[in-house]
Amino acid sequence: MLIRHLRRFACALAMTALPLSAAQADTFVFTAIPDEDETKLIERFQGVADYLAEELDVEVRYVPVKSYAAAVTAFRNNQVQLAWFGGLSGVQARRLVSGSEALAQGAEDESFQTYFIAHSSTGLEASDELPAAIRDRTFTFGSKGSTSGRLMPEFFLRESFGEAPEDIFARVGYSGNHTRTLRLVEAGTYEVGALNFAVWEKELADGNIDTNAVKVIWRTPGYPDYQWTVRGDVDERFGEGFKDRVRTALLELDDPELLASFPREAFIPADNDDYEPIRKVAEEIGILQ
Amino acid sequence: MTLAPTLRTSLIFLAIALAGLMVADISITAVNPWRDLGRFFLGMVTPDFFSYQGLATALLRTVAFAFVGVSLGATFGFLLALAFRWRAVRMGCAFVRAIHELFWALIFLQFFGFHPLTGVLAIAIPYTGIFAKVYSEMLDETDPEPGRTLPPAIGAWLTFLYTRVPQCWQQLCSYTAYRLECGLRSSAILGFVGLPTLGFYLEASFSQGLYSEAGAMLILFYVLIATIPLWLRRPLLPAYIVAAPFFLGDGFPIVWGNVTRFFTSDIVPAPLRHGEGMDGLLVWLADVAVSDALPGLWHTLVLTQVALVLSGIIALVCFPLISKHFTGPVRRTGGHVMLVILRSTPEYVLAYILLQLWGPSMLPAIVALALHNGGIIAHLVGRQSSTLQLRPDAPRGFGRYSYELVPRLYRSFLALLFYRWEIIMRETAILGILGIYTLGFYVDSAIQNIQFDRALLLIVFTALLNLVIDKLSRTIRARLALQTLPTC
Repeated sequence: MLIRHLRRFACALAMTALPLSAAQADTFVFTAIPDEDETKLIERFQGVADYLAEELDVEVRYVPVKSYAAAVTAFRNNQVQLAWFGGLSGVQARRLVSGSEALAQGAEDESFQTYFIAHSSTGLEASDELPAAIRDRTFTFGSKGSTSGRLMPEFFLRESFGEAPEDIFARVGYSGNHTRTLRLVEAGTYEVGALNFAVWEKELADGNIDTNAVKVIWRTPGYPDYQWTVRGDVDERFGEGFKDRVRTALLELDDPELLASFPREAFIPADNDDYEPIRKVAEEIGILQ
Repeated sequence: MTLAPTLRTSLIFLAIALAGLMVADISITAVNPWRDLGRFFLGMVTPDFFSYQGLATALLRTVAFAFVGVSLGATFGFLLALAFRWRAVRMGCAFVRAIHELFWALIFLQFFGFHPLTGVLAIAIPYTGIFAKVYSEMLDETDPEPGRTLPPAIGAWLTFLYTRVPQCWQQLCSYTAYRLECGLRSSAILGFVGLPTLGFYLEASFSQGLYSEAGAMLILFYVLIATIPLWLRRPLLPAYIVAAPFFLGDGFPIVWGNVTRFFTSDIVPAPLRHGEGMDGLLVWLADVAVSDALPGLWHTLVLTQVALVLSGIIALVCFPLISKHFTGPVRRTGGHVMLVILRSTPEYVLAYILLQLWGPSMLPAIVALALHNGGIIAHLVGRQSSTLQLRPDAPRGFGRYSYELVPRLYRSFLALLFYRWEIIMRETAILGILGIYTLGFYVDSAIQNIQFDRALLLIVFTALLNLVIDKLSRTIRARLALQTLPTC
């Protein structure tokens, strides 16, 4: 009796699973770290999906995820074959999937920056050094897995203060993404924050920042960041030379509107070694073991 | 002077909560919290039902995941209830239900990924544990006598089916239906970690400050829950159960190699994986304990105790809203609507909203837990109070409240509150994912750093803490001779 019940339920479960797996055997799926507002991401990457589908002549699908780790895990589990990663998430992903490769980065990503921003009530002003007066303020990073929103600002904070962020600030938060960091500091929920410079510049150009409420107080030195990373086994699955075609398609992407949505000038070639500095910093801070 | 045991216990818990309040991190850090709160309520009254084409699909998925998860949970729960006299079964069930649905989802996401099975199992597994326990209690309460009147040749199975089950059939059904409501809430919040249910869109709208969109989703969710009696009809049930699996959405195929890798490598503690032996393992364990488990434990306990007592206070203040001894039918309806909203909003969603509005501290979490749990208890206590008969010359107003009703209801109130103690703790831990430094924060950090060994160890630690609280709650309830029906 019990066995029969179990069997019946196993069948029912299998029935739910089967039609799903069969339907999408050869769709090329990609994802991206959720570093900005979801609506923007969906718009941007739907554009990329359409572009890639045309260039590569396969069905291409973008899946949104809720965290940086979910993007890495989906890539590792081969549920996505391509991803737009940050510096750190890319390093994590390539460590976990042997044979995976950084294909292309934005022109800006060779020397990316983090901006430290502060609410006007703090009276902090822009300076060439990380201002010592940020001590004992409330502070927010972006996502825990972010390069420009967590890893590099933490690295520069430790370098400058010789202490962990929790000891420097009265309160340390993780906003989740760069847009939210901007909004939280603008609203004064946190006094100081660190975010991706490109998000700041784009929001500023679009007139979405109340510059009376929030300003940039320090710009970090440059470091390598975002890149497109592809799994090593795509050639087996999608045909010989597929990886090179993906690389070419990304490098040749020149639709100004699409590029502006990233925002990047253009995509340029990248390889795994470009991200060695990020790996070292992540190991130093203890995020990578 | 000696105090009544219930009062003494209450005062001890009150004192612990006050001490907790002293050390808790409580503040509103937003510069202008009221403006955002105003915008939020404005969004609630100007809902935008047409912004997402996907909204109807999200609702459908929410219902489908709840149905499949709860049906599986009820089936396996019933089977396990039959074997509940074995210690191993009891302990296994207690353990799986001590782990929150969101933690289960986070675990399955690592190897099933975005396959519907992730969401289904995240609900089905803890619910199996709960169903097994509650069903077995219900079956135990039935009278064994009718079974003895049947000839032994009929066999134990049929005797059981025809004598025990019918006696508690009604209870089994109504509890299962009640659990389905809980399942809808669980299903909705699974969206917060990326499954295609309501939470997915709710999170997106809230984080972007699109309050009218978020308002529409919340309203639809309340309507869905409030209309359960209308659409959940027994004759339709088989149709729902058969149809639900087909509405779980298109996930991605499971790669079985990921499952093997997860169990044979990912969750093996790093020092063992790297061949550092026992010494390495001890160093690793000490590191997890000092930097994650202990701080997480401390914050979880402080928050739990404060939220528990505040839930009690809210329940005591709010139950008159729906009690026939205080208000007429019109105002009672208003009270009912308010309590339905409080208890159908998952704590996780409430905490998420308040965190966005007030900024990060323990305060949003405490208020969210207290409102939700206080709402549930107020609803049950209020309903019970309406069954009491008072003398015609009983005092009115505050005198009636404090001298007639509260003393009569206090024991069941306390029973409900203690019953919810471990539930509040489980939720407190999970709220860490939102950025409050409870155990869930450290679990989430470990997952973000792709350290599943660490994450799983912390989840097991959280489950054990939950079992301790459950045991403690049981002891206190037994000592005070308190009895209650299960709630979720």
